[in-house]
Amino acid sequence: MSEDLYQEIILDHYKNPRGKELNVTSRGQSHQVNPTCGDEVTVDVGLNADGTLQVAYTGQGCSISQASASVMSELINGKTPDQAAPIQAAFMELMRSKGQSEPDEELLEDGVAFIGVSKFPARIKCALISWMALADSQIKAQLTTEMR
Amino acid sequence: MFDIAKVRADFPILSRTVRGGPLVYLDSGATSQKPFQVLDAERHFYENSNAAVHRGAHALAEEATDAYEGARETIATFVCAETDEIVFTKNATEAINLVAYAFSNATDKARQGIEVDQRFVIGPGDSIVVSEMEHHANLIPWQELCSKTGASLRWFGITDEGRLNIESGVIDSTTKIVSIVHQSNLLGTINPVREIMEMAHAVGALGLVDLCQSVPHMPVDVVDLGADFAAWSGHKMLGPTGIGILWGKSDLLNSMPPFLTGGSMIEMVNIDHSTFAPAPKRFEAGVPMVAQAVGLARACEYLTDLGMENIFTHEQELTAYTLAELAKLQGVRVIGPTDMVERGSAVSFVVDGIHPHDVGHLMDSKGVAVRVGHHCCWPTCRRLDVPATTRFSTYLYNDKADIDQAILGIMAAQDFFGSAPRVSA
Ligand SMILES: Cc1ncc(COP(=O)(O)O)c(C=O)c1O
Repeated sequence: MSEDLYQEIILDHYKNPRGKELNVTSRGQSHQVNPTCGDEVTVDVGLNADGTLQVAYTGQGCSISQASASVMSELINGKTPDQAAPIQAAFMELMRSKGQSEPDEELLEDGVAFIGVSKFPARIKCALISWMALADSQIKAQLTTEMR
Repeated sequence: MFDIAKVRADFPILSRTVRGGPLVYLDSGATSQKPFQVLDAERHFYENSNAAVHRGAHALAEEATDAYEGARETIATFVCAETDEIVFTKNATEAINLVAYAFSNATDKARQGIEVDQRFVIGPGDSIVVSEMEHHANLIPWQELCSKTGASLRWFGITDEGRLNIESGVIDSTTKIVSIVHQSNLLGTINPVREIMEMAHAVGALGLVDLCQSVPHMPVDVVDLGADFAAWSGHKMLGPTGIGILWGKSDLLNSMPPFLTGGSMIEMVNIDHSTFAPAPKRFEAGVPMVAQAVGLARACEYLTDLGMENIFTHEQELTAYTLAELAKLQGVRVIGPTDMVERGSAVSFVVDGIHPHDVGHLMDSKGVAVRVGHHCCWPTCRRLDVPATTRFSTYLYNDKADIDQAILGIMAAQDFFGSAPRVSA
């Protein structure tokens, strides 16, 4: 059951985070904390010349929160806001699924490993914190799909 | 001493399994489990005497009122207080807010030119003193009072070891109230509250002590502590949720404006103004938590039967054992006092390279219930430079086997995250 939660992919992202502390020209920043356990993530969003997103994050917290931030940055970096939106929606959906959904691997790639997390109510927030920060920083940067 | 096996048999929940194994409950600092005697007392009340108290001209109302007021007396005796100095609240948080609101309500009334007790009038130039190891329940109400009135908040810092740093000059002639925790729920530190209350009184300030983590675990005589007010919760001392206590000196309680208003707390009501009942009723608006009071009184009797001295001794032994076992693990650091000098049974620690949330999760997979996070002491965590901790908090029903299982849980987490410990010689 711990194995359910801590899939290899998650532990790998935790130990070897991707895209952490990337240098981006930030257009919007969001700092999110999980007030029950003190996890913190800051996400910066910028824009490449070709209209794709740059995403950088820093943070500290449990393996789930930090691995999720790493997966998030890997998935969203270099995507246009239009391409990113369905990925973001799919990850939110996965976290609401209580382990019952069959996530789309094409879309979520390493993100599918988080299906086990959705069975542990106390950990869902950990997995979502970076995605919340992403959505909030996109709003601040006016780089969401709805806003264009 | 008492027979742990017999005590454990009184707690139905301790015989359930969790995640396929026996439950090891090490989260009594958050809330304690309940013996069947307490559950039965509540049930007995509902089955036999249930009625709204202090109203109704019938036999049940009379019995319910007796049960409620009798409970107040039992609880008062438990902490060596006068019965009419015990106010029932929802929990400790509400009890502390009640006092903070007495200040803000008195200050508002004074601004309207209404005569109030000056001890509760506060404003710019005045100060409130807390400490860096307060639970949020004993911090935010004072922050709010400061922001409403212009008073300033001051605090005693803490040492790296998690002891209070009682510098002079923090409490001075501007201080109106000093509010300090007796035993820290995060660090386990027991503070010299009597000395601090004397410092408060020396400058004419009032003093409040947060007894949430002391009344359940050691003999407490509220009068002897030298405070003016004390607050604690029933649910951490084998009692039900939904009931807490504010103890206050009669003279002060009776000169404070009310907090919540409505039925039961009045003396005379006219359409445009009212007068209020004396304490404790003045602070118990509406139909109160009668069954909970009955349950809490039964909890006090249960604790008294075992003996608070015995419970304290048992927990001291267990805490010494816990500290010694933790010290054998490499990569584990206790946050708070590492010796048994003035320390209670809450033991926080961090494990190198593994976030507390992950430690807690892996312990849970072994049936061990611990708390992780900042334990509602975020400023304390900041001061000690840890984002969060894992905490064991034991009670009278825990034994060494529980600690052993918990230690195995930590080792399992270290194994899992690839930082396995070696047992030092
Ligand atoms: C030291 C201390 N103060 C205050 C509280 C607040 O108690 P309650 O949440 O029951 O009001 C707690 C509970 O965790 C505590 O440990």
